[in-house]
Amino acid sequence: MSEASNDATQEISLNSAGARPLFQLSLMGKVGAGILLFWIIVALVGPYVAPFHPADFASDDSFGPVSAKYLLGTDYIGRDILSRLLHGARLTMALSFTATVLAFVVGISLGFTAALAGGWVDMVISRIYDAFLSMPTIMLGLVVIAALGSSIPVLIITAGLIYSCGLYRIARALAIEIKVMDFVEAARARGERLPWIISREILPNAVIPLVSEFGLRLVFSILFISGLSFLGLGVQPPTADWGVMVRENLGGLVYGSSAAFVPAAAIASLTIGINLIVDDFSAQRGQEIAEEMI
Amino acid sequence: MWLVVLRRLGLGIITLWVVSLLVFAGTEILPGDVAEAILGQSATPEAVQAIRDQLHLDRPAVVRYADWLTNLLRGDLGVSLAANMEISEMISGRFKNTLVLASLTAALAVPLALAMGLAAAMFPGGRVDRLVTISTLFLLSVPEFFIAATLVLVFAVHLQWLPAITYMTEYESVWQLMESLALPILTLTTSVVAHMARMTRAAIINVMTSPYIEMAILKGVPRGRIVLRHALFNAVGPVVNVIALNLAYLVSGVVIVETVFAYPGLAKLMVDAVSRRDMPLVQACAMIFCTAYILFILIADVLAILANPRLREPK
Amino acid sequence: MESLLRVENLRVEAKVAPERYAAIVKDVSFSIAPGEVLALIGESGSGKTTVALSALGYSRPGCRIASGRIFLDGTDVLTLDRETLRKLRGRRVSYLAQSAAATFNPALTIGEQVTESAVLHGVMDREAADARAVDLYRRLDLPDAENLGRRYPHQVSGGQLQRLMAAMALCSGPELMVLDEPTTALDVTTQIEVLGAFKDIIRDQQTAAIYVTHDLAVVAQVADRILVLRGGDVMEIGDTAQILNQPANEYTRKLMAAIRPPPSATGGDLDAEDAAQRQPPVIQVKDVTAGYGRVTNGKPATTVLRDVNATVNDRSVLGVIGESGCGKSTLARVIAGLLPAAKGELFLDDHKLEERLADRSLEELQRVQIVFQMADVALNPRQRIGDIVGRPLELYMGLKGARRDERVAELLAMVELPGSFSSRYPEELSGGQKQRVNLARALAANPDIILADEVTSALDTIVGAAVIDLLKGLRERLGVSYMFISHDLSTVASFADRIMVLYAGRVVEDGPTHSILGLPSHPYTQLLLSSVPELRQGWLEDVMKTRAALAGIARAVEITEVGCPFYPRCPIAIDGVCDTRTAPYREPVPGHRIACHRELTELAEFEQEF
Repeated sequence: MSEASNDATQEISLNSAGARPLFQLSLMGKVGAGILLFWIIVALVGPYVAPFHPADFASDDSFGPVSAKYLLGTDYIGRDILSRLLHGARLTMALSFTATVLAFVVGISLGFTAALAGGWVDMVISRIYDAFLSMPTIMLGLVVIAALGSSIPVLIITAGLIYSCGLYRIARALAIEIKVMDFVEAARARGERLPWIISREILPNAVIPLVSEFGLRLVFSILFISGLSFLGLGVQPPTADWGVMVRENLGGLVYGSSAAFVPAAAIASLTIGINLIVDDFSAQRGQEIAEEMI
Repeated sequence: MWLVVLRRLGLGIITLWVVSLLVFAGTEILPGDVAEAILGQSATPEAVQAIRDQLHLDRPAVVRYADWLTNLLRGDLGVSLAANMEISEMISGRFKNTLVLASLTAALAVPLALAMGLAAAMFPGGRVDRLVTISTLFLLSVPEFFIAATLVLVFAVHLQWLPAITYMTEYESVWQLMESLALPILTLTTSVVAHMARMTRAAIINVMTSPYIEMAILKGVPRGRIVLRHALFNAVGPVVNVIALNLAYLVSGVVIVETVFAYPGLAKLMVDAVSRRDMPLVQACAMIFCTAYILFILIADVLAILANPRLREPK
Repeated sequence: MESLLRVENLRVEAKVAPERYAAIVKDVSFSIAPGEVLALIGESGSGKTTVALSALGYSRPGCRIASGRIFLDGTDVLTLDRETLRKLRGRRVSYLAQSAAATFNPALTIGEQVTESAVLHGVMDREAADARAVDLYRRLDLPDAENLGRRYPHQVSGGQLQRLMAAMALCSGPELMVLDEPTTALDVTTQIEVLGAFKDIIRDQQTAAIYVTHDLAVVAQVADRILVLRGGDVMEIGDTAQILNQPANEYTRKLMAAIRPPPSATGGDLDAEDAAQRQPPVIQVKDVTAGYGRVTNGKPATTVLRDVNATVNDRSVLGVIGESGCGKSTLARVIAGLLPAAKGELFLDDHKLEERLADRSLEELQRVQIVFQMADVALNPRQRIGDIVGRPLELYMGLKGARRDERVAELLAMVELPGSFSSRYPEELSGGQKQRVNLARALAANPDIILADEVTSALDTIVGAAVIDLLKGLRERLGVSYMFISHDLSTVASFADRIMVLYAGRVVEDGPTHSILGLPSHPYTQLLLSSVPELRQGWLEDVMKTRAALAGIARAVEITEVGCPFYPRCPIAIDGVCDTRTAPYREPVPGHRIACHRELTELAEFEQEF
C-alpha cells in the first residue's frame, strides 16, 4: 500500500522522475521537434543538394522572382537564394551550437565550483559575473567586436562567454540547492570524495533543469550571431550566413522582393522550433497551475 | 529602510565603475599594436603616429584609464577617430533621438505587457492565457529584424500606410513625426512586449498560487479584491524586476531597429563606430547605454524595496 | 439537537491523469451539533484535510467534489452558486490552516487580515471589527494587543502567528470552525499553551469545530466526538471516551496501540546496561563546544552546543531529548564529522576521533553511521534503491557484482522490505519504506553505532511505531548501539537505556532512563514530562493548573554564555546565582547527573507537588 506523500514535504525543482520516461512531448513540442529535425537534416545534407554554389552569380536578375530554376528567387546580385540558404543552415547551426556548448562548459564548471567551494572563490567569481550581467550583453559584444574584429572564433567565444553568465547563475543556484540535500550530506558522511559527489550525487539531479537551459541558450546564440551578422558585425560577406543574407537584401523589401524575408523566416522557424520544445519540456516538469480558482 | 536604499545605491555606483573598467579594457585587448589595428589597411606611418598621439598610447594603461574616466565624469567624451569631432557634439542630437524612440516604446509596451500578462494570469490555462502564451512564444523566438521586415512588408510595401524609412530631418507636424516613427516603435514594442508579458504572467501566477491566496478564498474574499489587494502588492516586486530586466531587450532591440529603419539614433552611431573601429566613440556610446541601464535597474530595485514590507520595516 | 453540519456520502476525487480521476474520499458521512467539537483523525493520505475543506464547499486544485451532500443548517452547500458560497465562507464557516507562515499575506498588516472577513461580509463595521480583534488577542494571551494589528506578519513569532490565525478565524463569529492540524508543527511545550487557548476560546464563543489531526492524544483533550479516517473511508465514529477506551474498529485499535504510553522506563535493560559498562564506550564526547561561523578562541560565531559531555555505551541506546534549537541534531553531526567541533574531543572506542571528515580513516567513517530525518531528501532521487544500499558495501568492503547484490537483498530483508525494491527509485516508495532504506544503507556499513536523527518524526504514528520496533529488533540481533535523537519523550523512553536532556546547547540532565523519569529531575525535564499529552480526557485541564506553577511560556531558546540556560523559564530559579554561574552537577544516583544550583532535596520537594 503506498501512502500519499507527506504534506509537509516541499516540492523541490529537481523532484523529477527517475522511473518515468524523461518526457513526452505534447503536440506543440512535437511540432518543434519536427522543425528542429528538419533543419538539422538540411544542415547536414544541404550543401550537397543545393543546385548552385552559394557564390555563383547564377542569374542576371537581381531580386529575381520565384521560378522553377530559382526556387526561392535570386538575391540582390543575382545569386540563388535557395542554395545560399541551404549552405547557411550549416553555418548558423554550427556556430550557435558551438557557442552554446562553450557557454555550458564554462558556465557550469564555474557555477559548480563557486557553489561547492564557497567562500572567497564564490564571491570573486560571482562579482565578476555580476558585473557582466549588469550591462546589456549586446554592448559587451559590440565592444569586443570593435576591438577584435568579427572573425568566426571571436563570434563563438564572445557569444559563448556572454551566455555563460546566465548559466553560471543557474548552475550555481542548482548546485547550492542540491548540495544541502541530505543525500549529499550522507555521501559526505560516508567518506565519498568530491569527484564522486559531483558526478554521482549532484550532476544527475542537475541534468534535467539544465536541458531546458541548453535549448534557451541555443536560441539566444542563434539570435545574437545572426543579429550581429545583420548589423554587418558578424559573419562577413560573401559567406552565406542567414543574418548576412537579410542585411544584403534589405533594400529589396521596398520593391516588394521577399529576398530578405526568406532567410529571416528560416531563422525564425528554427528558433521557434527550439523554443516550442523547451517550453513543452519545462511545462511538463513545472508545477501544476491551478486550472481554476473558485 | 533608507539604509537599504543607500546600500543599493552604493552597489550601483560600484557596478558602474566596474563596467567602465570592462569597457575601457576593450582598447587593451586589441591584438598587436593598437594604432595599426585600428587603421587596418590604411596604416601609413604618419597615420599610425597620429593615432598614437591622439590616444596617448605612449602612456601606461592605468594612466590612460584614469584620464578617460575623469574626462567622462566631466562630460568630455573624447574625440572620434573617424570623424575627428568632439564626441559630445556628435552624440547629443542622436542621444535625444534614441531617447524619444525608447521612451515612446516603453510608454506603449509597458502598460500593454502588464495588461496582457495580468489577463493571462487571471485564468491560467484559459483561452486568453493560451493565446498570450503562444503568441509571445512566437514573437520572442524570432529575431527583431524578422519582425521589422514583416512589418515593413505589410505596412509599407503592401498596404502603403507607413514609410519604410524614417525621415527625421524635416517634419511638418507631429503627425508626420508619428508616422515616420510608427514602424520602428511598433517593431520594438512587439519584441519587448513579448518578453515582458511572459515574465509578468509568470510572476503573477507565482503569486496567485501562494498559500495565502488560498486562505483568502477560504475567507470568502471576492476575486476582485484578492487580485487587487492581496496579489498585487506581492507582485509589485517581481513585476518591477521584470520591467527592469526587459530594458536590456529594449537596448538591444534599439540597435537592430535603428539599423533597419536607418534611424539617426545613438545605437546606429555605435554600430557604425564598431565597424570602423572608432574606439573612443564605441566606448563613449557603450558607457552611455550601460549607465542608463544600470540606472533603471537601480530604480527598479528601490521600488521593489519600497513595495516589500519585510524590507521597509524590519523587526 | 438539530445538527449544524450534516455530511452525507461525500465523495471527492483527484485528477491523476487527463480525464482520469481517483477517489481520495470515498463515502464519508457524519454530523456535528452546534457547539460540538468533532475530531477527524487519520494518517497522511487518509483524506482528512480534504473532508474538512469540503465543509466550506472547497476542493483543492486538481480535486473535485464528485458527489454527496453537505447540509449547513439545512442548506446543501454543494448546490449553492459561487457568490452565495463565497459569502458563506469566512462568515458562517471559517478555516484555520496548518501553517501560519503560509496563511498570512506578508504584504498586508495583521489587523487588516484578521478583520477582513468580518468587515467584508458585513458582519460588523471596521471599528467594531478592530475592537473585537483586540479582544480576541487578549483572550488568546497575545502580548501588546492594542498595537498588534498594525504589525506585519514577519514581525511576529511563529507561535503568536498560530494564535493570530485563530483570531482571524473567529473574528466574524462563525458557527463552525475548521482547524487543520494547528498545533502539529509546534514544540511540545508550546503546543500546550496553544491547545489550551484554542479550547478555551472555542468554548467561550460556542463555536462548533472540526479538528483535524493525526495526534490522538491532542484530540483527547479537545474533542467531544472522534471520527477515524483511513484511505478516504470512515473507520469509526463515536464519543471521545468510547473511542479512547473501547475502540471497536481494528484500525482504531492499531492506532491506539501505536501511541506511546506515557514515558515509563520499559526499554532499558539493566543487566545489559551493567555489562555494557565494562566495555569501553563506543562513543565519548568530552567538553564539546560547536556551532557555525568562524571560530575564535574555541568559540564559534554562533554557538549551538556548549561544553557537552556524552557517552554511548557498547551495545546500548542513548536517547537525546530536547526541543527544536537545542542542538541535538548538531551533536549528531559533530559526532559524524560533518561539523567540526570548535573545542573538545571525540573518542571512538577509546581512541581519538578526528573532528573533520577529511582527517578520519575509512574504517572510522564506516563504524559511525548517521540516519537523517527526512527520508525524502536523504535518498538521491536519481539512484535506484539497490545502488543506494549497495554503495557502502562497495566503498567500505569492496563488494561488487553478484556478491554485492546478494548482500543488498539480505539487508533489505533485514529491514523488512521485499528484495524487488532494489530496482526501484525512491519516489516509488512510501515515507516509511524510504526510512527503512535509509536504515538499510546505514546497516550496510556494519557500523558500531548508528546516529538516528529524528528518524520517525516525519512519519505517521503507526508507520513510525513500526520503524521503532524494527530498530529494537535490530539492536537485539546485531548488537549495534544507537544514539537516538528525538523531541518525543515517550518514544525515547520506550527505547533508550540512558537518556540525555539537552536545553539550549547544554546538557541539563543525563542518566539511566528509569532514573530520569523518576524524581528528582531537572526542572526542564519535569516540564517536558508534564507536556506529553496523555491519552485521557481532562489531562489538559489538570496540566494547565499545574503549569501555572511550572512557568512554561514558550519563547525562543537563547544560548547563554554563563549560567543555566533554563533560568528565564525556571520556576525555582535563584536570581543572582542561576543566571551568572554555571550549574554544578548533582548525582542522586551514580550515573545520573542533574545540572542545577538547587540541592537535590529542594528539587524533590518542589517536584513532589506535581
